[in-house]
Amino acid sequence: MPSELELCRAHPQEYIKKIAALDLPEVNLMEVCGTHTMAIAKAGLRAMLPPNVHLLSGPGCPVCVTPAEVIDEILKLAGRPDVVIATYGDMIRVPGSRRGWNLGKMKASGSRVEVVYSPVDALDLAAKNPEKKIVFLGVGFETTAPGTAASVLLAEERGVSNYYVFSMLKTVEPALRTLIADPEFNVQGFLCPGHVAVITGEKGFSFLPEEYGIPAVISGFEPEDILLSVYKLLLQIHEKRPRLENTYTRAVAPEGNPLAESFMDKVLARESDLWRGLGEIPESALMLRPAFSRHDAKLAFGVSYKASEGTGICRCGDVIQGRLSPAACPLFGKACTPEDPYGPCMVSSEGTCAAAYKYQEV
Amino acid sequence: MEDTITLDFGSGGKKTSALIEELILPLLSNEALDELDDGAVLAGNEKLVFSTDSFVVDPYFFPGGDIGKLAVCGTVNDLAVSGGEPKYLSLGLILEEGFPRKDLERILSSVARTAKEAGVMVVTGDTKVVERGKGDGIYINTSGIGFLRAPWLSRKAIREGDAVLISGTIGCHGTAVMLARNENLVEGNVLSDCGPVHRLAGKLLELGEDLHFMRDPTRGGAATTLCEFVEGTDLSIELDEKSLPLDPAAAGACEILGLDPLYSASEGRLLCVLAKERAGEALALLKSLPEGEGAALIGRVTRRSPGKVIIRTAFGGARIAARLAGAQLPRIC
Repeated sequence: MPSELELCRAHPQEYIKKIAALDLPEVNLMEVCGTHTMAIAKAGLRAMLPPNVHLLSGPGCPVCVTPAEVIDEILKLAGRPDVVIATYGDMIRVPGSRRGWNLGKMKASGSRVEVVYSPVDALDLAAKNPEKKIVFLGVGFETTAPGTAASVLLAEERGVSNYYVFSMLKTVEPALRTLIADPEFNVQGFLCPGHVAVITGEKGFSFLPEEYGIPAVISGFEPEDILLSVYKLLLQIHEKRPRLENTYTRAVAPEGNPLAESFMDKVLARESDLWRGLGEIPESALMLRPAFSRHDAKLAFGVSYKASEGTGICRCGDVIQGRLSPAACPLFGKACTPEDPYGPCMVSSEGTCAAAYKYQEV
Repeated sequence: MEDTITLDFGSGGKKTSALIEELILPLLSNEALDELDDGAVLAGNEKLVFSTDSFVVDPYFFPGGDIGKLAVCGTVNDLAVSGGEPKYLSLGLILEEGFPRKDLERILSSVARTAKEAGVMVVTGDTKVVERGKGDGIYINTSGIGFLRAPWLSRKAIREGDAVLISGTIGCHGTAVMLARNENLVEGNVLSDCGPVHRLAGKLLELGEDLHFMRDPTRGGAATTLCEFVEGTDLSIELDEKSLPLDPAAAGACEILGLDPLYSASEGRLLCVLAKERAGEALALLKSLPEGEGAALIGRVTRRSPGKVIIRTAFGGARIAARLAGAQLPRIC
C-alpha cells in the first residue's frame, strides 16, 4: 500500500481538492525555514492552493534575521588588512546600514573575502595562511551550528590559532515564542523546518501545540512533503485538535541527533542577541563558550553592537515576521532588486523576497 | 552604475547589461554592435559573422574539458548559433610568469584538437606574459569569423506556437567547474558539456526558414538565455519542467550547492525555436548526432505572460523564471 507521501506525489491535485473540501475560513500558515520558502516558490505551490489558504514566511532565513548593525561590524572587520573573511556565498551581497556597501563591494575595493562551503574550508584557509586572521561568518540555525562547533574543536585539535568564528548562530524556538507573543500575531499553524528537527528532534517543536495550542507539522522539502504537511495542518485546524505531527520521519527521529547536540553544547552557549525586526531576544543565540574564547572573533577584535534607532525605509524586519508580503513592500522589484538590494530578504539565497523575485507567480 | 566593478558585472545578468548599456554602447555604438547579438553580421560580398569571447575559467583544467577547448567552443558556438559557418579564429594568450610549460602544451593541444573538430583554423594570434601575481595562470581571448548561412535567423522571427528545443542536458558545465573548484566538496561524476555545436546548428539549417532562432545557453543558463528570447516582446515561453533534460549527478550537485540547473551554464548546448510542425523533425535531426542524443522538446511560445518565461512545475504549479541577477557562479568561462 502506498504511503500518504507517495499518494501526494502521484496525485497532488487530489490533495488540493481535499484541502478545498475542508472549507475553512481564511487561514494563515507560516513556514520558518528558508529552504521551505524556496521550495514553495519553486514548485509554484501558492498558486495551486485555494485562495483562503495563505502561506507566510517567518524568520526562517538565517542571513535575513541578522540585523544591519551586525553586518556593519562585519564590514568593518573586512576592512582590516590582517583579516580574511570566509563566508557562505549568501552573505556577499547583504547590505549593511550604509547603502551600497556589502562584502562584495569590500572585496572589489581590496578586502579579502573568500566564499566557502563549510567551516572546514575556512579552517583549511587558516592553516594555509598562517600570517592572516581568518574570520568565518557562522550564520545559521541549529542546522549549521554543530558543524561550526566541530570546526572550533578541530581548530583546537590541529592547533590552528588564526581561526576565528564570528557567531550569528541562532535557535528557532525563542524567535517563534517572540513572534507568538506579538499582539498582532495571526498564524493558525506552523510548518516546522525538517532540517532543524533533524538536530533537535520532534521535541524541539512540541511546545507549539502544548503551550500555545497551535498546530505544528514537521516537514521535508520536496513539494509533496510540503503539500502533505499543509493538508495535515489544515486538517488539525478543521478538527480543532492541535498537535505536533511529523511527515518527515525519513529524516527526523523523535530524539533528534544527540551527537550533533553534544558538539553544540560543548562549544556553544545560549546568549541574548539582536534579531532583525524582532529586536533583542534572550537565550536566542549560540555563542562560543569562554573555554574557546581565543577563536571568538567578537572578543579577538573587540566587536560590539547594539540596536540602533530605526532601520530606514527597508521593511525586511516586517517581511521576516510574515507581516508584509514581498509584493506588498513598496520597494520590492522597483527600488529593491537582487542587484541593488535594500535588505537581506532580497539577496539571501533563502530570502523571502529573493524567492518571490526569482520564482514569481504567474 | 556603481563606481566600482564587482564580480556581478561579469555574470551575464542584469549588471552586465547595465555595463554594456551605460558605459560601452555610449562610447562605441555602431550599427553592427548595437544589435548586441552573440555574433555581429558584417556587410560585404560574402556576409560574415564576427564574434569574440574571453576565457578566465578557474580551474583551467576541469572534468570534461579545459580552458583551451572552452576558448574554441565559446567562439565557434556563438558563430554557429548566429547562423554562421565557423571558419577562422584568432587566439590571444595572456600568461602569468611561472606558468608551467606542460600545462600550456596540454591547453594548446586541446585548442588544436577542438579547432580541427569544429572545422576552424587558428589564423592569427598574440601572446603576452604578465608578472607573477598579476594574472591567474592563463587567460585566453578568441575571436572568430564565419560565413553567414542563415540570414533569416532572428529573435524577431519567433512566433506564437513555436516549439522550443534544447540539444542535451542543462547546466552541466557550470556545475562541473563549481565542483572542480572546491576540493572539500565530494567529487561528483559531473562532466562539463563543453563542446562545439556547429554540427547541430548546421543540421537544423536543413529546416530552412522554419528555424527561427538559436542561441547557446552559457552564462546565466537556459533560463536567462530564454528570457532574452522574449524580453520586450508580447510573447512568452512556457517550459515544461518535467521535460527538461537533467543530468542526475549535476542536478544532485546543484541541490547540494544551492544552485539551480536552469541558471547554470552549458558550453556545448544549443537552444532553438522553430515552427511547431517541424518539431519532430528537428528533434530527429539533433538526435542523429552523438552530441544531440539528449535533445528534448522543452516548451513552446505563447502569449500567456508577455516578455516572460513560465515554468510549469513537475508538481503541477506554474511560476515565472526571471533572468539571473548577479553571479550565480563567477569565472566558469
